[in-house]
Amino acid sequence: MMPANDTASVGSESRRAFLRASVAVGGGLLLDFSLPGMLRARDNSQEAASTLNAFVQISNDGAVTILSKNPEIGQGIKTMLPMLIAEELDVDWASVHIEQALSDPTRYGQQFAGGSRATPLNWEPLRRVGAAARQMLMSAAAQSWSVPVSECDTESGRVIHRPSKRSLAYGRLASKAALLAAPDLAQVTLKDPKNFKIIGKSHPGVDSPLVVTGKPLFGIDVTVPGMLYAVFVKSPVFGGTVVSANLEAVKTEAGVQDAFIVNGGAVFNGLGNGVAIVGTNWWQVNQARETLQVVWDEGASAAQSSAGFAKQAVAISTRAPGAKVVADGDVTQALGAAAQRLEAAYSYPFISHATLEPQNCTAHFHDGKVEIWAPTQNPDAGRKIVAKTLGLTDADITIHMVRCGGGFGRRLMNDYMVEAAWISKQAGAPVKLLWNRQDDLQHDFYRPAGFHFFKAGLDGAGKLQAFSDHFVSFGENGKAAPSADMGANEFPAKFVPNLELGISFMPLGVPTGPLRAPGSNGLAFVFQSFIDEIAHAAGQDPLQYRIDLLGERRQVGAFDTGRMIDVLALVRDKSGWGRRKPPKGSGMGVAFYYSHLGYFAEVVHATVAAGGKITVDKVWVASDVGSQIINPLGAENQVQGAALDGIGTALGQVITLENGKVVQSNFNDFLLLRMNQAPPIEVHFLKTEHPPTGLGEPALPPVLPALCNALFAASGVRIRSLPIDPQLFA
Amino acid sequence: MLFTLRINGKAREVEADPQMPLLWVLRDLLDLKGTKFGCGKSFCGACTVHLNGAPVRSCVTQVSSVGSAPITTIEGVATSALGRAVQNAWLAVDVVQCGYCQAGQIMSASALLAKNPKPSDADIDKAMSGNICRCATYTRIRAAIKQAAGMPATDSRDTFA
Repeated sequence: MMPANDTASVGSESRRAFLRASVAVGGGLLLDFSLPGMLRARDNSQEAASTLNAFVQISNDGAVTILSKNPEIGQGIKTMLPMLIAEELDVDWASVHIEQALSDPTRYGQQFAGGSRATPLNWEPLRRVGAAARQMLMSAAAQSWSVPVSECDTESGRVIHRPSKRSLAYGRLASKAALLAAPDLAQVTLKDPKNFKIIGKSHPGVDSPLVVTGKPLFGIDVTVPGMLYAVFVKSPVFGGTVVSANLEAVKTEAGVQDAFIVNGGAVFNGLGNGVAIVGTNWWQVNQARETLQVVWDEGASAAQSSAGFAKQAVAISTRAPGAKVVADGDVTQALGAAAQRLEAAYSYPFISHATLEPQNCTAHFHDGKVEIWAPTQNPDAGRKIVAKTLGLTDADITIHMVRCGGGFGRRLMNDYMVEAAWISKQAGAPVKLLWNRQDDLQHDFYRPAGFHFFKAGLDGAGKLQAFSDHFVSFGENGKAAPSADMGANEFPAKFVPNLELGISFMPLGVPTGPLRAPGSNGLAFVFQSFIDEIAHAAGQDPLQYRIDLLGERRQVGAFDTGRMIDVLALVRDKSGWGRRKPPKGSGMGVAFYYSHLGYFAEVVHATVAAGGKITVDKVWVASDVGSQIINPLGAENQVQGAALDGIGTALGQVITLENGKVVQSNFNDFLLLRMNQAPPIEVHFLKTEHPPTGLGEPALPPVLPALCNALFAASGVRIRSLPIDPQLFA
Repeated sequence: MLFTLRINGKAREVEADPQMPLLWVLRDLLDLKGTKFGCGKSFCGACTVHLNGAPVRSCVTQVSSVGSAPITTIEGVATSALGRAVQNAWLAVDVVQCGYCQAGQIMSASALLAKNPKPSDADIDKAMSGNICRCATYTRIRAAIKQAAGMPATDSRDTFA
């Protein structure tokens, strides 16, 4: 389950605060509101557009422009958020033009891509934004006709006066409507979902036509007049500093204009230490690294290694945990009384986000201000870092959110943004900073490794009576490193009478951070795999054992057992679990996981061939993310991608630390899933009476244990460490 | 050194270091930004273009090695009916998530179909496994290739109906 500390910094504002901000925005900026930059690309007719609120503009010719406020990282948000507004505005989707908003939380509220939060945070507020604009258009029409607004309705971009059958297009009303006071967002009427025309229908990604024709869309594609290119060679050991570098020799290399040392001092999400090389041609400045020689002071982290941590974790596991996360009942007594006892050690490695578009940013520092074009998931946090590091105020910094070639949590950090801003200032020119693949894999905020030492005790009937985990993780002074924590709700906590979850920390000099389904992406693997071991030890069906463990349909904190039981039943039905007899060498595995407010149960069918070759044959996903799938085509894509992402993680991914440095340097040693490894995936959404929740992440965690459990069913070999070692099956 | 390249049916003169990879010539010297940088070592396929109709990784193709061979990039793939069919299938199936790899995927897919108009699932695996999609849109890439080929979307590997 998602540790709260991972995304609190980006998602702490309440829905109420968002509504207040939007009221202020909608109410305060009606008369002279303009969006510089937004109008730049417009034709003349659209310049006569009227602004109904921060998100909606309607031109005199009826063209509707909706601003999408959040960063697009491939989650489809630039399509989905405007759908919410357009639905309540009551316009035809085909008539809507969508633009990316600038980063400006005072105008748009929170703008970030993380935690699968966009749906739960915006589902109601953005529909209210659309409904408010519609109400203003109806009021303007009612005034024009001198009729009560209660007699007016709308349809496909027109206000209709039913009694007289008159109608006016939105374009004819927009300038008048823009002069009206914005209604109270809390009071506007929302459509009955059964009347939805846009929500619930599939809409392809709004920028996809530009993607498939190769238009410049991404951060790496940004061009600014007079722009130079930069690389930033950072210390291979995290936290190392530059003692000296042969800058003069580097400056004589072809294409290089300048080279300078930056000792920014930050290890975590700030300006780090290294050498910047700036010139007229990125390939040439990158080539100049071959000439560059740096004397580093590697610092304290140079002694750290993955092998060392693994050894240390085993030693720590023999002692009592540094802290108890949960302590229910008496585990020691219950283990002693158990008819059957199990013990198992599980682990997972550091892994990298590896966005296919390497980190990059274009910045132009001039006259005490900086303009930034950044592929970022969290622009305002980047603004704060740039302001602090360069001694500017927030108002000095303009951030254009550029489409991200993948996010996965990596771009919640803005280290590359502050680097670009700093290098532009030093170079005295606009600069596009681009990392190469080695930079990207070796300077990430890694998914932290984790080591779990489990014990379980079963009674004579196979019922789980005692459960404990000693999680050896990373952190200092009793505080977990980012994304290295475990919450008190980690299943089966609260479902076993005697249960202890404890945690111990090893100090870590390597940056860690949220990676798609942070925390959950490792915890799901270990907990749902060990529960599988328990079910097999009990001699019971692993799917039914999970349903029995969930027990009565009830609310346990935020977790609704009934919703999870229902998706388990659905995936059992859809996958043919228990009815299908896999051939020899094949097997089916199941797992469930609740994260990001989503209920997911998944079944994997996998085959282990003679010689050990693993084939993932098929995945079935059953989920409950509430009452409404907003964009079914996009939703299915997210779920399939997340499940395949998890399979890729399990099959091949590991970041290894040696002497404080990352060993892997490219996609020949950090292995991403490929076409020939990607199985068919069936996705099923169970619609329930709960508010809709997000889909970027929660399909990922359960697929890892479902795969490993399938491999056990196929071969009898239990995977307790990732990535899966094919040698175990040889 | 001055090179005359044949890109998307046009002759383009460019002054470049002979060792400069075609990828960077296209992107930064000729402002054709559709071809993408992913790894720089031919591991990911994001930089795939057609050279003489065959898919090549432009990140490891030195500009001096190209000569007068015709180059097609994502910006020019629509000049063939097949290229347009592939792009349209990509849109109809709604393949794209982040979209960063898709130019390379479309170039590999259109090269596959030019040679093999009715590819099997095994053919697709073989032709497309050099192109990484970090968002893992593989299910839809496979379906879009079949749609462009006028084949049913059925996945022959899926025997679990």
